[in-house]
Amino acid sequence: MSNGNLPEQIVFRIRRFSPGRDKEPVWKEYRVAYEAGMTVLDGLWRIKESIDPTLAWRASCRMGVCGSCGMLINGSAMLGCNTQISELASSVVSVAPLPNFPIVRDLVPDLQLLFDDHAALSPYIIRADSAEQENPTGEYYQTSKEMETYLQFTYCIKCACCMAACPTCATDALYSGPMALTQAHRYNTDTRDDGFEVRKQVLAGEAGPWRCHFAGECSRVCPKGVDPAKAIQFMKRQLVADALGLRKKRPLAPLLKKPEGIQRRPGIAEAPEPTVG
Amino acid sequence: MRDQKLWTWHLAAGAIILVLLGLHMVIMHLDALVGIFNPAGGHPIDWANVVARGQSLAFTATYILLLGAGLFHGLYGLRNILFELDPAPPLKRALSWVLLLVGVGLFILGTWAAWVGHQVASMT
Amino acid sequence: MVKDRGHPNRLGIWGWFGGGSWGPDRYLYSLHRVTGLGLLLYFLLHIVVTSSRALGQGAWEESMARVSGPVFMLGEYLVFVAFAFHAINGVRLLFAELGYGIGKPIEPIYPYRTCLDDQRPWALGALVLIAALIVVGALDFFVWH
Ligand code: HEM
Ligand code: HEM
Ligand code: FES
Repeated sequence: MSNGNLPEQIVFRIRRFSPGRDKEPVWKEYRVAYEAGMTVLDGLWRIKESIDPTLAWRASCRMGVCGSCGMLINGSAMLGCNTQISELASSVVSVAPLPNFPIVRDLVPDLQLLFDDHAALSPYIIRADSAEQENPTGEYYQTSKEMETYLQFTYCIKCACCMAACPTCATDALYSGPMALTQAHRYNTDTRDDGFEVRKQVLAGEAGPWRCHFAGECSRVCPKGVDPAKAIQFMKRQLVADALGLRKKRPLAPLLKKPEGIQRRPGIAEAPEPTVG
Repeated sequence: MRDQKLWTWHLAAGAIILVLLGLHMVIMHLDALVGIFNPAGGHPIDWANVVARGQSLAFTATYILLLGAGLFHGLYGLRNILFELDPAPPLKRALSWVLLLVGVGLFILGTWAAWVGHQVASMT
Repeated sequence: MVKDRGHPNRLGIWGWFGGGSWGPDRYLYSLHRVTGLGLLLYFLLHIVVTSSRALGQGAWEESMARVSGPVFMLGEYLVFVAFAFHAINGVRLLFAELGYGIGKPIEPIYPYRTCLDDQRPWALGALVLIAALIVVGALDFFVWH
C-alpha cells in the first residue's frame, strides 16, 4: 500500500498507567519518524528504544499468531503487530490497553478473566471412553465435511479483542464472552466430542449466550476471521432446541483402528520413534 | 441454570406478541387506512368501539394472552438488562422478586379488567 | 495481586452504546434495547389505564380524557414508532439468533467475511420496512384523521 499521503512523523498518543504511582491512566504523546511498512508494534518499539524505556506492552510473535498484542488502536481493538500505520490513514495513532480487563501496566491488560471463562467451559474433547483417550489405540474418524462445521472457530488466538469490543463485557463480568463461548461451540459441534451436557451446566445459566444481543462487534474486530457472533447464534439454536427437547443427537465419531495385515511398500522408510511419551 | 428455558420463552413470547400486538396496532393506529374492529366508526378508543370488541370472547382471550406474553417478554428483557449491570447476588434476587411481583400483579389487574370489561360490554 | 493494584478499565454503560468498532449492528442493538424499554414503560402504564374500562363508560372516558392532547398524541406516535422498529428488527433477530440468515462456517480468508455481511441485506430490508411503517403511521396519525 502506498503511504503517499502520510506525514514524515507519526504522533503516538499512548494511555499510560503505572499501578501504585498513578490513580488514573494518563495520555502521553510521542513523535516517531514514519517508515514504510511500519506497524503499530514497530512504533512502540521505536518509542521504547529511543524515547521512553519504561513503556510496557505485551507482544511475542509479531506476526498475528500468538495473540499477545491486542490493544485499542484508534478506538478499535486490534493486534498491534498486524496493523500497518498506513492502514489507519491518520498521522495520529492512539493506543490504549484493551478495555474490560484490569490494567497491569500501560498497555498490558490482565487477561485472567478470559482464561478463567475459557477453562470453565471445558474446551477439550470430552468422551465417556477415558481409557481410550489416555492410551489411544486408534484415531476417531471424522469426515472433512464434519470438520468444516467447526474449523473456522479453531483459528482463535485468544487475543481478547472480541471481549474488549463486546458491549455486554463492558459491564457484565459474569458473562463468558465471545471468545469462551465460541470455543465451547467449537467443541460442542466436533463430532468426536460428547461433552454438550457438561458445558451446558455453565451455558444454560447467566454466563451463557443469552447475554449476547448480536451487536456483532466481536466479529467485526476479530483479527483472525473467527466470527464469534456466528458461533454464538448457532450455539443459541442448539440450546433452544435442547430446551424444547428437539435437539438432534448426532452419532459420536467412531474409533478407526489401525489397519491390519497391510504390507509396507518396499522403499518406504519406517517412521521415526516417538520423541515424547 | 434457568436462562436457557426463560430465554426460549422470551423468544416464543416475542413471536406471539408480534401477531397480537401487530393486530392491536392495526386496530388502534392504522384505523384510517385499514379500519377493522371499529364497528362504531369514529376513534378506535371511543367507548362504543371498546364495548364492541369487549363483547367478543376471542378478543378478551387474546388480550389476556397478549398481556401475559407482553409482561413476560418485557420484564424478562428488563431483568436481562439490569443483570448485565452486574449487581451483587442479593440485589439480583431482590430484583427478580420485584419484577415477578410487578408482573403477576399487573397480570391479575389486566385479566380482571379484560374479564369484567367483557361482562360489562356484554350487558351493554 | 494485579487486581488489587491495577485499574479496572471496564467501559461501563458507555460501552453498551459505543466502543468497539461502531458497526451498524451496534446501533441496531442499542435501538432495540431503547425501544424495548420504551414499549415496556408504556405497556405497564397502559395496563393500568385501560383497566378503567371494567368500571364502565364514565371511568373509561375520564381516563381517556386524562391521556389526550397533543403531547400524548405525540407520545403514542412514538410508541408506534418504537413498535415498528422493535417488531421488525425483532423478527430479524429472532431468525438471526437462532442461526438463520447468518451463513455457514467458512474458511477465513482475508479480507474476512463474517455473519454480519450475511445479515446486511436482511438488516437493510428490515430498515426499509420500518421506515415505510413509520411513514404510513404518521399519515394515519396526523393526516388522514
Ligand atoms: C412486536 C413483537 C416483538 C418481537 C418480535 C420482539 C422480539 C424481541 C427479541 C428477539 C428480543 C431479544 C433481543 C436479544 O436478546 O438479543 C427482544 C428483547 C426485548 N424486548 Fe421485544 N419483541 C417484541 C415486542 C416487545 C414488547 C411489546 C416489549 C415491551 C413490553 C418488548 C420488550 C423487550 C425488551 C425490554 C427486550 C430486552 C432488550 C435487550 O436486552 O436489549 N418487546 N424482543
Ligand atoms: C400506543 C398505542 C396503543 C393504543 C391506542 C392502545 C389502545 C388500547 C385500548 C383502547 C385497549 C382497551 C381494549 C380495547 O379497546 O380493545 C387496549 C388494551 C390492551 N392493550 Fe393496547 N394500545 C396501544 C398500545 C399497546 C402496546 C404497545 C401494548 C403492548 C404489548 C398493548 C397491549 C394491550 C393489552 C395487553 C391490552 C389488554 C389490557 C387488559 O386486559 O387490561 N397496547 N389497548
Ligand atoms: S505479537 Fe503475536 S499476535 Fe501480535
